[in-house]
Amino acid sequence: MKINLCGVRGSIPTTAPESQFYGGHTSCMLVSEDDDLLVLDAGSGIQAFNIKDIPRNKRVDVLLTHLHLDHIQGLGFFRPLFMPDMEVHIWGPTSTQSLHSRISRYLSPPLFPVLVRDLPCKLKLHEVGNGSFEIGHFTIQSSYVIHPGPTLGFRVKGNESVFTYIPDHEPALGRHGIIKDTRWTSGFDIALNADLIYHDGQYSDQEYPTRRGWGHSGFGDALQFAAITGAKHLLMGHHDPGRTDSQLTEMQAALKKNNSFAFNYEFAIEGKQFELR
Amino acid sequence: MPSYEIEIILNRQLADCLSIPVFITDTQGNLIFYNEPAEELLGQRFEETGEMPVEEWGTKFIPMDDNGTIIPPEKLPLVKTLRDCYPHHDTFWIKSIKGNKEKISVTAYPIIGRENKFLGAVAIFWKTKYNEN
Repeated sequence: MKINLCGVRGSIPTTAPESQFYGGHTSCMLVSEDDDLLVLDAGSGIQAFNIKDIPRNKRVDVLLTHLHLDHIQGLGFFRPLFMPDMEVHIWGPTSTQSLHSRISRYLSPPLFPVLVRDLPCKLKLHEVGNGSFEIGHFTIQSSYVIHPGPTLGFRVKGNESVFTYIPDHEPALGRHGIIKDTRWTSGFDIALNADLIYHDGQYSDQEYPTRRGWGHSGFGDALQFAAITGAKHLLMGHHDPGRTDSQLTEMQAALKKNNSFAFNYEFAIEGKQFELR
Repeated sequence: MPSYEIEIILNRQLADCLSIPVFITDTQGNLIFYNEPAEELLGQRFEETGEMPVEEWGTKFIPMDDNGTIIPPEKLPLVKTLRDCYPHHDTFWIKSIKGNKEKISVTAYPIIGRENKFLGAVAIFWKTKYNEN
């Protein structure tokens, strides 16, 4: 399974020169194996999608964890939506309003000039909650996680490996932080023993207490979550938009100096690719 | 064993922050969490007991009306909520495991998740000013 990190910035894209090493695009991952292609979230990072990425079956599936703007703002610039021979499936969390209605709020004037109904591709929308479904040879397990509004995390199982994607997640929300009993840990089932986890790590542990309830994690909580779930490798992302490359590098070095875990962990870098076997 | 649904987890996290006794049950009435103020009523700590089957925790205190008559389970707010998935409220006396008699109000509400699925119930015990020790 190949994973291409196309956007690892949180909240809003940044073009600041001092943030270009870790990257300024918001949430998007390309996951491919055999001839199946998944796009996880449609933040501004979706611009990295290349026509040559289109599978032979002319089908691409976009899985949205939730519909906050930094996860859908690239949708209107996703080229397969404008290709008549493409079959595009968009999967998103169930809510009180239909997925079509919620996506249309963005893909319509005055926010966007093209209406959903005018997109020339063969578009199919799927609402998902807690459960599992199959896309090509991938088995996807989805689960609601702690974040404001209906928000999913995804566990993507391929031929030989598992990738878990929880970009926006605050499992430590509460009086005592993350509950150690795994039955009470948000996102535990979809992250259990994953080969690679991409998890929210927006704040330093000093910042988190003043941002509690905003739906994101401190580094320490992301590490603790990975330890509880038996991760083999943790990528911390959804970097705070105000964070510079040098700050992130320093913070990562401090974390590595003060924390030792059985698994590898690092801050996610836009453009980096991973191959799970 | 699979994790609890996020709606249940969030209710526990809320209960953990409150200074009033809160009990959370699954759809069968088994006690899956109670907070620190509820520990006083039960006379036990959650860390020690863990989850408790309905048959066990249902005997931890005796509900009575103003005349001292024992109230049958089917008349209690939580049992009603578990049966019909609607909120219920009532005020009555309870005799705790320590023998204390307290007049309390109980509000029970169902946890109906995002997928319109009944996931469990919450009972909040409000102490009244008519306590007898």
